[in-house]
Amino acid sequence: MEKVIVIGNGMVGYKFCEKLAAHPLRGQFEIVVFGEESRPAYDRVHLSEYFSIDDADKLLLAPRDWYAENNIMLRTGEMITSIEPETKRVFTHKHDYFEYDYLVLATGSSCFVPNIKGVDKPGVFIYRTIEDLDAIKDYATKIKHEGKFNASVLGGGLLGLEAANAAKELGLQTDVIEFAPRLMPRQLDKAASDMLQSKIEKLGMKIHLGKNSKEIIGAAGIEKIDFTDESSLQTDMLIISAGIRPRDELALKCGLKTGERGGVYVNNKMETSDPAIYAIGEVALYNNGIYGLVAPGYEMAGVAVEQITGGEKLMSPSIDMSTQLKLVGTEVASFGDPFIENDEITAIVYENKQRGVYKRINIAKDGSKLLGGIMVGDSSDYNTLFQLYINAMKLPENPEDLILGSRGGESKSALGSVLDLPDTAQICSCEAVSKGTICDSITSGACCTFSDVVKQTKASSSCGGCKPMVTDLVTATLKSMGQELKETICEHFEYSRQEMYDLVKLHSILDFDEALDRHGKGHGCEMCKPVLASIFASIYMETANRQAPIQDSNDRFLANIQRNGTYSVVPRVPGGEITPDKLMVLGQVAKKYDLYTKITGGQRIDLFGAQLHELPMIWKELIDAGFESGHAYGKSLRTVKSCVGSTWCRYGLHDSVSFAIRIEDRYKGLRSPHKLKGGVSGCIRECAEARGKDFGVIAVEGGWNLFVCGNGGATPKHAILLAEKLDDETCIKYLDRFLVYYIRTAAPLQRTAPWLEKLEGGIDYLKKVVVEDSLGIGEELEAEMQELVSHYACEWKEAIEDPQMMKRFKPFVNSDETDDSLVFVPMRDQKMPRPW
Amino acid sequence: MEELLKNYQTVADQNAINWIKVGQTGDFPENAGACVKYNAKQIAVYYFTRTNSWYACQNLCPHKMEMVLSRGMTGDSQGIPKVACPLHKKTFSLEDGSNLNGEEYSIATYPVRIQEGNVYIGFAD
Repeated sequence: MEKVIVIGNGMVGYKFCEKLAAHPLRGQFEIVVFGEESRPAYDRVHLSEYFSIDDADKLLLAPRDWYAENNIMLRTGEMITSIEPETKRVFTHKHDYFEYDYLVLATGSSCFVPNIKGVDKPGVFIYRTIEDLDAIKDYATKIKHEGKFNASVLGGGLLGLEAANAAKELGLQTDVIEFAPRLMPRQLDKAASDMLQSKIEKLGMKIHLGKNSKEIIGAAGIEKIDFTDESSLQTDMLIISAGIRPRDELALKCGLKTGERGGVYVNNKMETSDPAIYAIGEVALYNNGIYGLVAPGYEMAGVAVEQITGGEKLMSPSIDMSTQLKLVGTEVASFGDPFIENDEITAIVYENKQRGVYKRINIAKDGSKLLGGIMVGDSSDYNTLFQLYINAMKLPENPEDLILGSRGGESKSALGSVLDLPDTAQICSCEAVSKGTICDSITSGACCTFSDVVKQTKASSSCGGCKPMVTDLVTATLKSMGQELKETICEHFEYSRQEMYDLVKLHSILDFDEALDRHGKGHGCEMCKPVLASIFASIYMETANRQAPIQDSNDRFLANIQRNGTYSVVPRVPGGEITPDKLMVLGQVAKKYDLYTKITGGQRIDLFGAQLHELPMIWKELIDAGFESGHAYGKSLRTVKSCVGSTWCRYGLHDSVSFAIRIEDRYKGLRSPHKLKGGVSGCIRECAEARGKDFGVIAVEGGWNLFVCGNGGATPKHAILLAEKLDDETCIKYLDRFLVYYIRTAAPLQRTAPWLEKLEGGIDYLKKVVVEDSLGIGEELEAEMQELVSHYACEWKEAIEDPQMMKRFKPFVNSDETDDSLVFVPMRDQKMPRPW
Repeated sequence: MEELLKNYQTVADQNAINWIKVGQTGDFPENAGACVKYNAKQIAVYYFTRTNSWYACQNLCPHKMEMVLSRGMTGDSQGIPKVACPLHKKTFSLEDGSNLNGEEYSIATYPVRIQEGNVYIGFAD
């Protein structure tokens, strides 16, 4: 067992742990990580979000448990004070020491604080850690109480603008001071900077360019900043975010080779001048540069892991500093060389001051390739342009189309198809995932959705900038395999189910033909017909009889087709409660028609082996005895299962059977994107297995707890608590809202659990909509449900009363014979179809 | 089982010897299927109203050898009229009986004629 010590638990240090933990040779290493901050590694890229989410845990890259689960010893709040390379030991501030075989320096950087007189005055802060943010927040609160509202940020680069945004979030009037004559001098040219400046100033910030700070003035705390040009700026606090300085003090002290302007020298194996010591991230000086972005840091972490585990991976010879981000609400991107100007280069510039958009691309004079570019105000083309640049791909005939879009004719991506990219094209630069890796994960069968791909390859799991392109790749790859990811219903309707639902409602479309005429093409098919049938049912509460031909084949015959083409019959038994008389009717009917009889999972009785022509006769007898259709054949409410509840059970708290019957009676006949099952349990012993249902109601002291979005089946899911201690009426009210909201917005054949998984904001959002009525549609949803359930009719009753409808149960148009080809074989005391 | 399949061979319009009247147009559902019987054969008949076209094929799904195709949903795939088996949604072209899921088995199709409101299916036997 070899011992790896990592100094630094920031983003790159964490990435090193993650990669080593996942490595096949993981077992050969003991890992100890030191972090001087009190909490485990967090997402510094999104640090400014801390003020809006106000929960440091949400920024954690992995919870503390993760380290324990992966057998990594994480020692936070512990600082390494020295390294002794000769004895391979590190010493902590507690004078403890640890031995290593490999040492990884991931100490990152600190905030660069310029040497200005008065910089140590109260009210001057740096912007780097959560503690810094807490201090800034506290001070801001304090000065606001004193009626002071001015903050200044020193630094107009990427980090400075992030900090400015944070100050603005705190409700402070914010000024930005930049030494260079433009904002983000490393990424933007003057025109782009001007555009960004005007956008930021519209939000109420002030920008001061070309300002060299001379002194910070103030009696107790900061009051103003004097500049070298004799001007000055009144301010109540100052946040410094003007660049980074590598944390190389440990390396310096122990004699490792460092750069003149800081940074620990590393080769392309990430080895420092001592081959047992590696340096990665912002502390590493590679190719004479320090790289303050996560992507190169993550690549370094990967290289170090490979090198330590005996691999041969080397760091890319050139580091790409392309970046795309949102700064103070404005999209900004820059890639390749944004500035180059010489005889070999042509720059194409698009500037739209009205919309606040600036785009520039630098292309080789012969038009052959893209060398760099800048985008402000609209960076939606970034992924495409970046791929064209990084893969040196051939440009379209009119390269201006790249930033202007194709004018006239069909709009088409400049890339053609994402599948045209070379397999080696790096799609996710943070995690270094290539197009080949993404496509292979799908073609190999390992992944079939965007989220599968993210999970497996880690693409787009970091900054998320490549998300659109990964999505496109997933869609295109699936399509190339004959699968569709695009949420259109099918080739006949280029709309999602939700869009079709809205169209049908908006235009009061009454039948499938009209829908096809207005919004579709062709004849329709077995995909779109049931979807439209479901939409009509959900909007007009029409039964499967009105438009029988567009129903899925089971709904058309109001029964479930079984192996040999015969059908099963399932009458509704609400809540699973049945009288002996009714039970006897079922027995008599089953006996008369020689039907195989079995109890279902939903507390009903299933009668199998009915021939098409027998269905109406069987149902006539059942309806005469007071039964109704159980809709077991439909994408609709099936059963509401119940336990016996407080009427009989000595543990029961409430009457679960009565409530289950009430719920089942209310929603019977309700059609939905997929089948719906419910359950009601009379106490927390949960005998009705209500949490395995799309909606489950469980009795507790003081009312019902309502759970939603569970299911059994292939991917079992427990339903999640939506609301607690409800009375009957409120429970029904929330159920109404929940069900209509699901019916309106789900994809075809999407049950409630996957629907919730896809719902942005998840259960918290659903609670807001259903319980808090955040969208203000609560009453509308309830009214819609009321309208639907008030139009309930038993469709089997309809069918047997209408001779025209009865025609469909005739086996042959030209003969009164029945199908004599059916063969049954005996099984136990009943029968079954001849096996296939 | 294979015997059953042999009973169904595609008949081209020009090869039909016997044109059997199987009912009136109004006896058949619109944009859906119904079944007719001719000797030992079960034939599925479909009426597509949008193109006013009639199609006929074996009722036997060759996948699991069950008499069910007339109860399948109809539609088109890239303009080719088709039926989807109600058991496993295997789809077949109603023009030439080919399997549209890229599987091997196919179905036999028969010509249909409409005369004076009557529906005739052409057989070679």
